[in-house]
Amino acid sequence: MSSDRSITPSSLSIKDLPWQILWNKEKCTLCGSCTSVCPVNAVELGVFRKRTVQVPLNIATGKQASGSDYSIYYGIRQRTDPAYACVGCAMCSLVCPNDAIMPYRGDEADKLRYHIDRGGQPRRRGGRRNVPGGILDQIKFIRISMLTDPALDAGRHEFELKTLLGRVLPPEENLKFLDDNGWIPPVREIYPLMIGSMSFGALSPTMWEGLQMGVSYLNEELGMPVRVCTGEGGCPPRLLRSRFLKYVILQIASGYFGWDEIIHAIPEMKEDPCAIEIKYGQGAKPGDGGLLMWHKVNKLIAAIRGVPPGISLPSPPTHQTKYSIEEAVAKMIQSMYMAWGFRVPVYPKISGTSTALAVLNNLTRNPYAAGLAIDGEDGGTGAAYNVSMNHMGHPIASNIRDSYLNLVTLGMQNEIPIFAGGGVGKSGNLAANAAALIMLGASGVQIGKYMMQAAGGCLGSESDRCNICNIGRCPKGITSQDPRLYRRLDPEQVAQRVVDVFLSFDTELKKIVAPLGRSTALPIGMSDALGISDYHAAERLKIKYVV
Amino acid sequence: MCRLFAITSKEPLSPMIAAEALDVMREGHDGSGVGLFMRDLGGPFEEMKDAPILSGIFTEKGIKRLDQFMMNIGFMTKYKLSVKIPKVRPAGVPKRDLYLVRAYEYPEEWEKLSVEEKQSRLLILRLELRTMGEEEEDMIVFSFWPDVIMIKEIGDPMTVARFLGLGRKDLCARIIMAQGRQNTNYAINLYACHPFFIEGFSTMTNGENTAFIPIKEYLESRGFHGYMGYQSDSEVFTHILHYTYEKLRLGIEWYKHVITPLQDENIESHPNAIFLKQLKHSCRRLIIDGPNCVIGSLPDHSLFMVQDRKKLRPGVVGGKPGMFAFSSEICGLDAVIPDRDKTKDFQPMHLDTVIVGPDRQEVRVCRQTEVLPPLH
Repeated sequence: MSSDRSITPSSLSIKDLPWQILWNKEKCTLCGSCTSVCPVNAVELGVFRKRTVQVPLNIATGKQASGSDYSIYYGIRQRTDPAYACVGCAMCSLVCPNDAIMPYRGDEADKLRYHIDRGGQPRRRGGRRNVPGGILDQIKFIRISMLTDPALDAGRHEFELKTLLGRVLPPEENLKFLDDNGWIPPVREIYPLMIGSMSFGALSPTMWEGLQMGVSYLNEELGMPVRVCTGEGGCPPRLLRSRFLKYVILQIASGYFGWDEIIHAIPEMKEDPCAIEIKYGQGAKPGDGGLLMWHKVNKLIAAIRGVPPGISLPSPPTHQTKYSIEEAVAKMIQSMYMAWGFRVPVYPKISGTSTALAVLNNLTRNPYAAGLAIDGEDGGTGAAYNVSMNHMGHPIASNIRDSYLNLVTLGMQNEIPIFAGGGVGKSGNLAANAAALIMLGASGVQIGKYMMQAAGGCLGSESDRCNICNIGRCPKGITSQDPRLYRRLDPEQVAQRVVDVFLSFDTELKKIVAPLGRSTALPIGMSDALGISDYHAAERLKIKYVV
Repeated sequence: MCRLFAITSKEPLSPMIAAEALDVMREGHDGSGVGLFMRDLGGPFEEMKDAPILSGIFTEKGIKRLDQFMMNIGFMTKYKLSVKIPKVRPAGVPKRDLYLVRAYEYPEEWEKLSVEEKQSRLLILRLELRTMGEEEEDMIVFSFWPDVIMIKEIGDPMTVARFLGLGRKDLCARIIMAQGRQNTNYAINLYACHPFFIEGFSTMTNGENTAFIPIKEYLESRGFHGYMGYQSDSEVFTHILHYTYEKLRLGIEWYKHVITPLQDENIESHPNAIFLKQLKHSCRRLIIDGPNCVIGSLPDHSLFMVQDRKKLRPGVVGGKPGMFAFSSEICGLDAVIPDRDKTKDFQPMHLDTVIVGPDRQEVRVCRQTEVLPPLH
């Protein structure tokens, strides 16, 4: 740094950034691919002046030749301005023909974090809580069926792993209503792993289409009743009017985006949707609404959502037309049931919270509530304040366990299915995490971020890699609305990855339940199968403490 | 594994027959315990079909407390079967003061009560005695029901039967169920011993119910006082049977649809598809899992056997008009009814419920894919 360059408090060196870009001059072809692909323009062309010291050999002559030779070379320079700090996505490495460039994680905590609030605007990002691991990964399945019989054969035996979404009546009442031609709430038999709500808007059109195609293939060709939730962004008109709608859960949230289109499509729907999810909260940013920024609101998004293009769409945290969640739940559930002639299950989704039991108890007294989805603190999002993501929310495991045991006390564990979400499979252990949640009492699990990673190739991680879904510059084209970016993603290939994920999940789930001797029904609440080496966690979750 | 044997016969039989059958099958159990269930009694109990019979094991102190308790409610002893315990106990059999089989006369004020009311009170009394016994560890109560005797003890079935002198003439019944068990509970609690009994329904199982905990939690949360205990994962089979009959008002043909329902695609092509789908949904928490062969006795004196969804346990039924037996192994049948037509022996598979009705004339096979009888 030259001696007269000014230093401001936010002057950072490369060392102060979380990611340092290592570049190899020997290998670089100066093709410019890295600088053009970088989503945050962290690397730029650098022109470097270099001195080569030359010591004259003819000292005897006394003629003083120049001791230095200055040359110029071109290369890559990493920018240190906080607005352009490298996010570690490593797209530069991906495109480099010679593997000449790679971002590396700094060896100590970065200083960038203290300066990423320019203009008084706190950091916002996409992704998940920046905390790797979690309690779900520590849970083991300990009750291996050795006592009276060898374990079941995951590859050859018949398995029934479906779950129910919808309000199930108590047996006595159900049989009586059947006899009397009474109203029996609609119940869907679905696969216990659902693709959770990621809106058209948060996701790119190619990613969204890929998910839908994958889900349709799983249903129609492989007979796996997988369901996908739209998120709060409406639903493309053609899908609303297609037979594939039955695989879709429509979400309504506080912004009501897209619902004008949906309501108008009802008379033309060939099939009922699978269910309606009313979003009251989201695990990644509890108590905060959607945050689709103007960068991502293009003409298509605007048309589907029923808003003008190019404006930011912050959903309010609460449903503005209602005073309280009790009232909101009761009235909205009722209206949604009415819209589809009481043929479609309607359930609320809340963020994980220590007040989840109050909501649940409220639902137990509502004869229409078709379930409860709880989204834990490890859930992902397209955009949220960093503070909401990292510090707000409730872990999913104890929330699910408490809710299930509460239903057991009430004798309603079969009546209101609980669905768990939030960081399921965040370390890659999807089936193990899902099975643990099911045995803690969940009827099924929802995954979002995992699908982005596994089906879309998302680069985000819990060590704060990439995580720029919010600005519409997703380098893989998963969360971007810029055609130059989302064209990178082929929907057909996304669909194929969706199918791969579900098929491998299915095999792994069987590999978990078969040794436990379970195959006739999904082992919901089979807590005797679970163990953990953390004594307090075992006590809290009422599972076995094993060391 | 455990071994099961059940027999239903026109003429009353000695329980020694069942002990012999278990003895023949002894390779299949480790002789750690035996349980006997007898119904449709002969001998002296023939004359007192309505009198409730209390079966259990008592200490000297326990029997005094029992007498005091029963006297206070107004129950009078009508008949008792005294078991003389030899001085030398076989290895493994614990020391007991008294094996009790005692028929009572109902209190006068009960006479006006309906049969249902009487039965419901009998259950409450049995549970009260059980609680009293658990507090002081001086009574173990197996059943308190008209025309039913139950005996359970730790040890090899044949040795125990001889030790207790079960070959005596005054102990015989037309329906006998017996289980020779493998010790799966380490310290053996007699309440974990099959067969289990509740309000006229009894079942015993060879197997392991891997869905035990969720089912137990579901039954316990039904708000019915009889759904308690669960020292064994197999006790839920008895209670689900009771629930199917008493709470859902369904019969034996539906039992298998509750515990091991058909897969969804089979339900769709079933003549009773709508009903079965609802039943599967609402009774989902009663679905059993794991390898299980269940043999049970119904209040109408039918005997039945069902297998788990994959038929992972042995079980065979055979016999001749007037006498049919259910056995874990064919050698058990051979030992007891050698002169039957063996070509008619039937091993129920994953969809079957086999029933021998009170007339004991034939084996009825009820397949899950078949149309169900009309309701009510």
